[in-house]
Amino acid sequence: MSMGTQAGRLSLWHAAFVIARRDFTAILFSRAFIFFLLGPLFPLGVAALAGGIGAQIQSEALAADVGIAMQAEDTDAFIQARDGLAAQVGPAIPPVVVLERLEPGEIFDAQDVLEGGEGRIAAVVTGTLAAPELTAPQGNLARWSGTIALISATAQRGEAATYPHVATHSVSTSGASENRGRYQTAQGGQILLFLLIMLLASMVLSNLVEEKGNKIIEILAAAVPMNAVFMGKLLAMLGISIFGIMVWGSVGTGLLALGERSLSEFANPGVGWPMFFALGAIYFAMGYLLLGSIFLTIGSMAPTVRDVQTMAMPVTMAQVVVFFLANMAVTRMGTWIEYAGIMFPLSSPFVMVARGAMDEALWPHLLAIAWQIVCVVIFVRVGSSLFRRKVMKSGPQTTRRKGLALFRIGSKTTG
Amino acid sequence: MDIATSDITELAIEARGLVKRFDETLAVDGVDISVPRGSIYGILGPNGAGKTTTLRMLLGIIDPDSGTRRVLGHDNPQDIARLIGYLPEERGLYPAMKAYEAIAFMGALRGLPLPQGRERGRKLMEDHGLGHAVDRQIRKLSKGMAQIVQLLGTLVHDPQLVVLDEPFSGLDAINQGKLEVLIRSLADRGTTVIFSTHVISHAERLCENIAIIAGGKVPFAGRVDVARDRIPAQVRLETSASEGPWRHALPPDTRRIGQFWNFPLPESGIEPLLRALIDGDAGILSLSIERAGLHDAFVAIAGEAAAAELAKNTPSEEAA
Repeated sequence: MSMGTQAGRLSLWHAAFVIARRDFTAILFSRAFIFFLLGPLFPLGVAALAGGIGAQIQSEALAADVGIAMQAEDTDAFIQARDGLAAQVGPAIPPVVVLERLEPGEIFDAQDVLEGGEGRIAAVVTGTLAAPELTAPQGNLARWSGTIALISATAQRGEAATYPHVATHSVSTSGASENRGRYQTAQGGQILLFLLIMLLASMVLSNLVEEKGNKIIEILAAAVPMNAVFMGKLLAMLGISIFGIMVWGSVGTGLLALGERSLSEFANPGVGWPMFFALGAIYFAMGYLLLGSIFLTIGSMAPTVRDVQTMAMPVTMAQVVVFFLANMAVTRMGTWIEYAGIMFPLSSPFVMVARGAMDEALWPHLLAIAWQIVCVVIFVRVGSSLFRRKVMKSGPQTTRRKGLALFRIGSKTTG
Repeated sequence: MDIATSDITELAIEARGLVKRFDETLAVDGVDISVPRGSIYGILGPNGAGKTTTLRMLLGIIDPDSGTRRVLGHDNPQDIARLIGYLPEERGLYPAMKAYEAIAFMGALRGLPLPQGRERGRKLMEDHGLGHAVDRQIRKLSKGMAQIVQLLGTLVHDPQLVVLDEPFSGLDAINQGKLEVLIRSLADRGTTVIFSTHVISHAERLCENIAIIAGGKVPFAGRVDVARDRIPAQVRLETSASEGPWRHALPPDTRRIGQFWNFPLPESGIEPLLRALIDGDAGILSLSIERAGLHDAFVAIAGEAAAAELAKNTPSEEAA
């Protein structure tokens, strides 16, 4: 062996690159990466399933019938008027089921029918055409009282009313639908960001725990600055996620192309699709670096996988709360809730990605990104400093300090 | 403190008064070490004596609470990480990595370009009889083979200083022998090798200089022969006559074991004694002067308790 060994050591970034390259390659060619790529399919599948079931339940709930129990003549007139109106007005007129044709003076117990819960009867009309009585839960009373009045009035006149034809003109969107679309984009962006960041932060944590289990950390600590190990691990996972996003983006684009659809059909985000994607990528990187640095620091302090899980749980739960806060901020733009969400580092990327979908202004993003960069620098510096101090901390445990064992790490001194 | 390196002008490692405390435990208490360049230096002590902590401080993995260290002329050992190779006691490799890649990665950590590291990794493995396992994943290697791979990773960047923490631990007798040869060859090429061990025989065979460490302190650091000289050589005498005037020439602390007379070599040397024995008609059948072994020196320097601890920690297969 002969090598002109140069004095010194690898620079921070060079060392981080060496660590990141190893981690990136190892993860890319691992089985876990296949699951990582398939990862987004699971929440999408669950969401689709939940959406489908929800829509079905909603549709079934909306398809409830209105029962009628009047004297025979009134009942027939009511049904005839209902059918006439339904032909013109459409689904706003509910289906009507004849419960009973009453004899004069006969009383019908509508409450009993409804509380019996039989069939799909959601409301019952009794009384006469001149004085109809509607029995139903509160929500349905408000929903159908006007309709029942309209049907009764039409039935009383003895002929179907004729309504003028309304000419229709279609537009691609309206202010209301645009807002709704942007809101959905904002929520979708937040959910995607949240899932990705949590997935990656967990992966970087597992990676570190595995490394400690493999006893490699001491080799790394002896050769390169621990800050570089910290940075390298963060960057490797960021690289993996960018690779994953590229794969998912390509698949998504391919699916859109196959279905002859384009993004222009969807509600345009406030900042436009290209800028929205760019901002999304930046906010993803910021959010990941912030949470990843916390998770890595936790990983450095915990001696076992179980300890890691125990310590990471509160952070994960807190992050869920932060996500809901960010989600709430979407509907309260311009309020203190949104500003608090932007200022708090861990929620800032989520709130801002939503703002990108909802609002056209770009300057708030510049400010927010600058703030997030400051936070990332602080988090990474503090995290790597703790990482350096804790990950190689060694020495025998004493009984009195056993309670703090979670915060002590490394192999015991054996020699 | 016996440094005994007055004839050595250049030191690879010079540590003074290193102290490290973990909570209430004083792991290392004022360690002084001077490692001459190009030498093989052993840190000898039982488990828990402070060997690993001392090595970690010398490498800059952990900082001492007090004291100074100078490694290859630098105050901060991490500034010259490229010149150092380190094999930790707790061996660690990425299980999914191929063996030569693992060596290359360890070289890359010390600044060796990856392609060069791969090439060297393959060659090193072939040179050390592991050519058949070059492309094998670490998880598919035996423990001993993985240990050799890690050792080769420690050397791949051609370091000036090699630090090995309990390098013989876990190796079978054959591989221990190979490792001893490798350590000697490194020293022959001018590389400084410092290793910790709790097996006296390794230190005795390999080292010119040692530090004996027990309870976090270093009661002796210096040349092995100086350590041995702490105990006078033993004279073993066999005579045909059992009594006679020659008996008066034997030192008062002479013991009779079988047909032999055993006593420490007198300070005046062997010649006056030999003359008195001949003149007194002792009928000398045999006379040998046995120099004290390192084990005896260890007992004398570190104490019986440390020696007992050392013996307890030494598995029979390691006591080669």
